[in-house]
Order: sequence, then C-alpha cells, then structure tokens
Amino acid sequence: MAPIDVRRMDCARLAATALALTCAMVLGCGKESAPADKSGGAGSESGGGGGEAGAKLTVATVNNGDMIRMQGLTSDFTAKNPGITIEWVTLEENVLRQKVTTDIATKGGQFDLLTIGTYEVPIWAKRGWLLPLDDLGADYAVDDLLPAIRAGLSMDGKLYAAPFYGESSMTMYRKDLFDKAGLKMPDAPTWDFVAEAARKLTDKSGEVYGICLRGKAGWGENMAFVTAMSNSFGARWFDEQWHPQFDQPEWKKTLDFYVKLLKDAGPPGVSSNGFNENLALFNSGKCAMWIDATVAASFVTNPKDSQVADKVGFALAPDNGLGKRANWLWAWSLAIPASSKKADAAKKFVSWATSRAYLELVASKEGWANVPPGTRTSLYENPEYQKAAPFAKMTLDSINAADPTHPTVKPVPYTGVQFVAIPEFQGLGTTVGQQFSAALAGQVDVDRALASAQQAAQREMTRAGYIK
Amino acid sequence: MPRTQTLSRKAIMTVLVWAVAFLIFFPILWMVLTSFKTELDAFSVPPKFLGFHWTLENYSVVQTRSDYVHHAINSIILAGGSTLVALVFAIPAAWAMAFSPTRRTRGTLLWMLSTKMMPPVGVLVPIYLIYRDAGLLDTRTGLVVLLCLANLPIVIWMLFTYFKEIPKDILEAARMDGATTAKEIVFVLAPMAVPGIASTVLLNVILAWNEAFWTLNLTTSDAAPLTTFIASYSSPEGLFWAKLSAASTLAIAPILVLGWLSQRQLVRGLTFGAVK
Amino acid sequence: MSTRHTRVAGRLLVAPSVVLLFIWMIVPLAMTIYFSTLRYNLLSPGEERFAGFENYVYFLTDPAFKTALLNTLLLVCSVLVITIVGGTLLALLFDQQVFGRSIARLMVIAPFFVMPTVSALVWKNLLMHPVSGLFAWIATSLGFRPVDWFADWPLLSVTVIVAWQWLPFATLILLTALQSLDQEQKEAAEMDGAGALSYFRYMVLPHLARPITVVILIETIFLLTIFAEILVTTGGGPGLQTTNLAFLIYSQALLQYDVGGASAGGLVAVVLANIVAFFFVRMVGKNLEA
Repeated sequence: MAPIDVRRMDCARLAATALALTCAMVLGCGKESAPADKSGGAGSESGGGGGEAGAKLTVATVNNGDMIRMQGLTSDFTAKNPGITIEWVTLEENVLRQKVTTDIATKGGQFDLLTIGTYEVPIWAKRGWLLPLDDLGADYAVDDLLPAIRAGLSMDGKLYAAPFYGESSMTMYRKDLFDKAGLKMPDAPTWDFVAEAARKLTDKSGEVYGICLRGKAGWGENMAFVTAMSNSFGARWFDEQWHPQFDQPEWKKTLDFYVKLLKDAGPPGVSSNGFNENLALFNSGKCAMWIDATVAASFVTNPKDSQVADKVGFALAPDNGLGKRANWLWAWSLAIPASSKKADAAKKFVSWATSRAYLELVASKEGWANVPPGTRTSLYENPEYQKAAPFAKMTLDSINAADPTHPTVKPVPYTGVQFVAIPEFQGLGTTVGQQFSAALAGQVDVDRALASAQQAAQREMTRAGYIK
Repeated sequence: MPRTQTLSRKAIMTVLVWAVAFLIFFPILWMVLTSFKTELDAFSVPPKFLGFHWTLENYSVVQTRSDYVHHAINSIILAGGSTLVALVFAIPAAWAMAFSPTRRTRGTLLWMLSTKMMPPVGVLVPIYLIYRDAGLLDTRTGLVVLLCLANLPIVIWMLFTYFKEIPKDILEAARMDGATTAKEIVFVLAPMAVPGIASTVLLNVILAWNEAFWTLNLTTSDAAPLTTFIASYSSPEGLFWAKLSAASTLAIAPILVLGWLSQRQLVRGLTFGAVK
Repeated sequence: MSTRHTRVAGRLLVAPSVVLLFIWMIVPLAMTIYFSTLRYNLLSPGEERFAGFENYVYFLTDPAFKTALLNTLLLVCSVLVITIVGGTLLALLFDQQVFGRSIARLMVIAPFFVMPTVSALVWKNLLMHPVSGLFAWIATSLGFRPVDWFADWPLLSVTVIVAWQWLPFATLILLTALQSLDQEQKEAAEMDGAGALSYFRYMVLPHLARPITVVILIETIFLLTIFAEILVTTGGGPGLQTTNLAFLIYSQALLQYDVGGASAGGLVAVVLANIVAFFFVRMVGKNLEA
C-alpha cells in the first residue's frame, strides 16, 4: 500500500522535525535561565578594587573597521582584567543609535558600554544620563586628547565620553589626473578652484567625473556634508532666536553651487550616493576629487581595496575665505550609562580602549596605518605614525580647524559643526536632506527645495517650542 | 502521434520553466557569487561573472567576527518555536471555522487580520516598555511569544483556506463511522491537510526568520537571531559587499535546506492517492 | 452543516486564539492611544504633558501626509497586481510535470527567503546602480545610457524590489491550491473538447478565487507597512517620492523619539488600513463564505 506508507513516512518526518524543534527550544530556554541577569546587577561591584568576579560587560558598538579591530583585540583586555568578560553587539550606525537611545532613555539596562558620537553626548550629558569620566586612571593622560574632540565630548569641563576615533573631512584628489591637466592642488583650496578643476577634469564618456560628493538623503549622509559646506559659505541653520535660515542668500548660494557642480562634474546616480558608493567610485578610478571623511584616506590608499592607491593626494576641505572651512568633526566615543551598576568594570574597559597603550597595541599587531585616528596629540607627533600614514598631517589640521562650539561665521545658539546638537535634528535633518536630494536629482529646483526646507524647519521648531 | 507531441511540449515547458526560474533566482545567484569574490572584484565594472579569483576569505572573516552558530540557533528557536506554538492554537481554530462556521466566523477572521494593521514603528515604544518591565528584553521566550502572536492571524487564515479545500464528504463519512471530533482532526483531517499545513509552516518560518524590526529592537545578544547578525554587516564605512553577501548566504542556507526538505509535502498525489 | 455538538466544540477551539489575540491587540493599543494624547519625547522623560489632539493635528497637517498616503496606495496596489497576476501564471507554469521541477520550484520561491534589507541592498547596489550595477553594464553593452533607477523612477524601483520579494509568497499559495484541483474534472473537460483558455476561465479561476483573496488580504496587511526596503534604498526620497505612511511616521516621529507623534501616526495608519481592508472585503467578500 505505497501511498499510505509514503504518507506515514512524511507524517513521521514532520513529527520528528517538530520534536527536534521542541527539544531545541527547551534546551535554549534552559540555557536562558543561566545567570545573565543584566538588569539585576548580578556582577556585584560592592567591595572596591580590581577583580570583580563574573562581571559581564555588554558593549554596543558601530560596525566600522576600528571597532571591529578592537573586538579582535579583546583578549588583551581580559588578560589584564581577569573576571571581566566582554559581550560585543556590533550594529550598523542607524540601528545602533536607535537601540542605544531607546535603551538609555527607558533605562532598559541592556548595555553597559555605549558607542555614541559627538551628536549624542551634549544632549545626553545635559540630561544626566552619562557618567562623568574624570577618574579613568593616572596614566590616561586626558590632556593628550585633541582639544577640538575633547570639547565636543565634554560639558562644564568634564569629559562624558572617551573618544575612540576622531575624524574630520578633507579633499582627496588624484595626483595623476591633476598632473595630466597641468593643475596643482593647493594645501588649502578655495571652492572656486575646486569647482573649476572639477569641470576641467570631467570626461563623462571616459567615465571620469570631476568630483564625487554625497547626495543620499539623511541627516548623517548628505546633510552632514552640505551643512559643513554651508558653514564655509557663511550660512547657518538657525539664528539666535532659532528662526530657520533657509530663506537667506547664503543658503541659496550654497545649494546652487552644490547642485550645479554635481550636475556638471558629478557621477550619475549622485542623489543616492553615500559614503560607500563614493568610496567604490573613487577606488575604481572614476572620481578626480572626493571630499569626505578623513578616515576614507586609509581606504583609498590601501592597495588591497583601491585601484588608485598610490595616486592619491590630500588637501584641506575648501573654503570661500570667510573664515570657516567646509570640514566637519565627528568622534565615536565610549560612554557609560549613569544608572550602570558595573561602573568600575566599565571604566576599566573605557580606559583600556582609549588609552595610548591601546594605540601601541594596534600598531604592534597591525601596523601604524591601522591605528584609530583622530584622538590623541601624541599620535600625530609620533614619527612612525607620520611615516606610515601620509595623510596624518592633513587629518590633524582638518580636525584642529573645526570648532564645534563656534561652527559658523555668524553667531548661532547651537553647537555642532555638521549637525545641530538638538534632539529634533535627526528628523528635521532627514526631511531637509530629502529635499536637497530631490534638487540634486532634478526633481525640484533649488528655490522650491529651500522653501520646503524652510517650511518644514519652521513647523518643527515651533512645535518643539524653540520658536516662541 | 500524441506521444511525440507530449514530448516536445514537455521539452518546451521545461525550457520555459527553467528560464523563468533562473530569471527570478538570478539576484540571489549573483549574491552568492559575490560572496566568493574579493571586495575589489565585487563592484568591478564590467562585472565579473565567473572568471574572478574565487576566495573563501569572506566566510572566514564572517565566522571569526560574529558567532554564526549562536545566531543561527537563535533564529531556529525563534522561527520554529513561534510557528509550533502558533500551530497549536491555529489548527483547532481553523478547523472550527472551516467546518463549523457560525455567523460570527467571517467577522472573527477579519478582526484577527486587523490586529496586524498597526505599523510596528508606531507601537515600538509601548511594546518595549512592556517587555522591559516584564523582564522579557533579550530573551528567547519573549520573542517567541511576540512572533507567535504577530503571525497567528496569518497562520489561522492560511490554514482556514486549505481546510476549506478539503471535501466535506470525507469528514461526514468519518463522522458517520463514529469518529469523535478529536479523532476526526487527527486521523482524517491532518493527513489530508499536510500540503496546506506544510506550506503554512514554511511560509511562517520564513516570515519569522526574516522579521527584522522586532528582533533588532528587542534583542541584544542572548536572543539575537540572524537578522542582528546581518545588521552588523550592512552599510558600515568601507567596502562590504562581499562580506555582506557571505553573511546573507549563511543566513538563508538553513531556510533553503528547510525548503528542500518540505518539497515532498508540497507535492500533489499524497493525499488523493489515499482518498481515492 | 454543523450540529449543536460541533458548534460548541467549535467555539471552544476558537476561543484560545481569540483571547490571545485580543490581549495582544488591546494592551499595546490602549498604551498607544494613551501616548498619542501626550507630548512625550523619549529624550525628555518626566516632561510629559497632556496634549489632546495636538499630535494628530500635527501629523495630519503635515504637507507630506497626502503624498505619503498616495505613495502607500500606489505601492500596495501595484505590488498586488504584479504578484497576483505573476503568481497565477507562475503557479500554472510550475504545476506542469517537467524535469527537475522541485529544484526550479525552490528557485522561484527563494526570493522570499532573503531578508528584505539584504535584497534591497543587493538590488540597489549590485543590480540597479547606474555606474557599477549589472543593469547599467547590460545597457551600456547594448549602447543605451544606463537608467538612474533611484533618481528617475524611485517608486517604480522600490515596487520592483518589493514585488520580487512577494511573488514567491503568492506563487506558493496558489501553487498549493492548484494541487487540490480535481484531476478527474480536468480530464472530463478535456474530453468534452474544452480549450485550455476556457478550462482556465471556468474551472481554474473559480477554484483559485479563495486563495487569491487570502493572498490579497495577507499581502495588503504587510505591504501597507513596508519600511525596511525604503529605508535602505532611498531614505524616502528623492523629495517625498518614496515616502509611505510607515516611513513618514518613522522620519517624523521615531527618528526624534517623539513617542506621542509616533503613536498618533500609528493610529491614523490603523484607521486608514481598516478603511482599505473594508473596501477590499466588500469587493472580494463573497469568496470568504462557507
């Protein structure tokens, strides 16, 4: 009776699978009841000193190269601090930010160490959510931190997050293409020079584009770049009474310049190009210039990833002679929630991860070029680093040229170079970014885009209570 | 004469079927191929189809960096567990609604579906707060419960549809032979509904497997499934195509295996052989 | 025909599911309604204050609201049409006895296995990118200018990606339903001289009516809240062209942790979804009858 046998066999198979799943679930549930009680503070910190038995630190971090490298070097920390184990949660930036913010705002207690940036720190420190980090140990050398970065992470003189990685933005260009056209890039170019050079170097049929810039909509994508750019044109997001300034001539100049430049000399698909897309374009030789994060320098000069590794030159981000350049400032840093019950262990980790010794550890294992950049003066004074990283000086100059407390030519009520350090900025910045991206794609003209941005900002700021 | 016609017809059909399947499958094939390329090759223009330097480095990086096995087990528990629990509630409910419908049946069914109409983004914070207070954050139990409830309407609906296809006479015959309700379900209904149950299970497992919003927001590390695993490979700074492709290939591999295993259950001939 | 015995048994069997789903629905719903009347921002805890309908007014008077609504409907309807028509054709095709059918079938169902974020990324960068994507390469090889998909046709591109993901779902359900089609009736029809087309129209389609209804209902529920694909490819842009209701709630409320706004937006979305479902049920309702 073949059909019935077959039927029985399949029923049996289904039953077996069900049984297996149930076992797995039971086993899984069994494992769960093991003491991993984060919110209850099972790893007790009472009784000071070192060697807390069984403290497990959950670290939330972003998935960039330096953090991943740190993950690989965890054994160095655990060897020096027996009894502390580290659990890594690595996520993409936007997801990380949302999870971490939700967790700290609702006191969920999921994370013991947070990787946050210069955007979050001022906002959270003001709300008392972060532990001040003024006792990280005698040899932490807090004065060694780069002043601009330290300022971005402190409130009232106290450091609330320890910088792990710092960046600004700069101009990267193809020396060979410039030589061929008989152009020379100055160390501190102006926007007019950059625009002219870009147009000269564009060869659309040959698939070489004069300049690649971010265009993808997002407060941290295109708006980071355009805001920094607008600083160099004398524009600002809000005046001292928090009125949005998109209807002012400076913003019109900025956006006109940006859209026109990319239309004449930019690659196709620019309105959805972010950092990674531009990196891919530059590395495959399609861009003559690229203005973006200083960290890109290590990617474009890496022969494993880049076809133009040995042809890249560096210059500061352009300006218009008004006193501010078009570069930004960002630092990823480690912070500890104020409600943490594992503060001592967490501080040990922060101290280890952002100390001078850590930089030397990375250098010994992977070379000086792979050391996380942009945090300590001593790194930039180190001759070995200067040798291994030809972009070091330009990076340092760019970081020092950025002042988050006075980002613009005209006075403003906010801090932040390429963002406005208010909670509403994420949503507002994305909305405005969408408009600018549409202008880039030719869907709306510049005036419409600015008008929409102005209206959206006005609406949002009134609702949030900034505009009385 | 007829035989040759059928043969050539079969040949044309085979070609057509395979062409369509290949076209639809192509993006996945491309992704799997990319997982074996170096990052530089991954976005090269013109794209390299097969003549590139094959490497396993992406897989080794992915494996050393994140704990694939841990995440995979979590995914299996979450997807499988939530489906099983959903079935326990759904099979009786769907049976009742298919074979003993009342005036309220249609309304109940539609109401169940309406519980899924709230966009998750709107209800994230309330659920997060509830889970925080109940201590269910980052627990497998918490997520199994959530996924089960989220997909229960779908499971009930699909089972209802398949049960409706089953000819009533069989059940009547069984009843007249003296079978009780329970026996009716287990010995007569279930075997005939196997293709329907199998495809419901497969689809629900996939829905739970790929559910990214809740799993990303409500888990940290203990209960983190493969969706979290993937989230650590998407859009970092720097080139990541080959690694993301490798991570994704690893993430869909178990599902492909499950799909292959459940092929038999989806094939016709099983039930109607027995019926006839 | 239900006897009294089976009716009581029936209610008992349905009850647990109903109770569970009721609790699952009512608790978050109550919280959401409560939050939507507050000015509650996660970043300012302890500063909540009652705001009445303010959140709703703000959400509904958003200049982006109408566009988001339109985009949502467009997206849902076009994906539905593509997946149902395509799904039916594919189901018919794969119902045939061909060599290696199981593998081919698995290949067709495979797109549903991939995480939506990943498929969106693969489509955006490996296939559709105007410089380094496969489509661009094909276009330039044939002498055409590559299409900048996400700048010129953003909603269409998102639709293509979503339809590709959901086609397997429709195909699988319809294919399984086709399996239960009575072979004897088919042979009888053939012997009566009915052509393939009229066989399809008068025998297959009515049989598929109920599964198609289920596919429409289930897909609509999921498609109304599409989010991940948009976030990853266009971020709602350029402008507002790919902003749907779910994304609007995200960018207006969740991004700045405005819980009150997000709750209000969510409830508006629920109301609208119910309206849409009502119309669909009216249209295809008869297929749900016993």
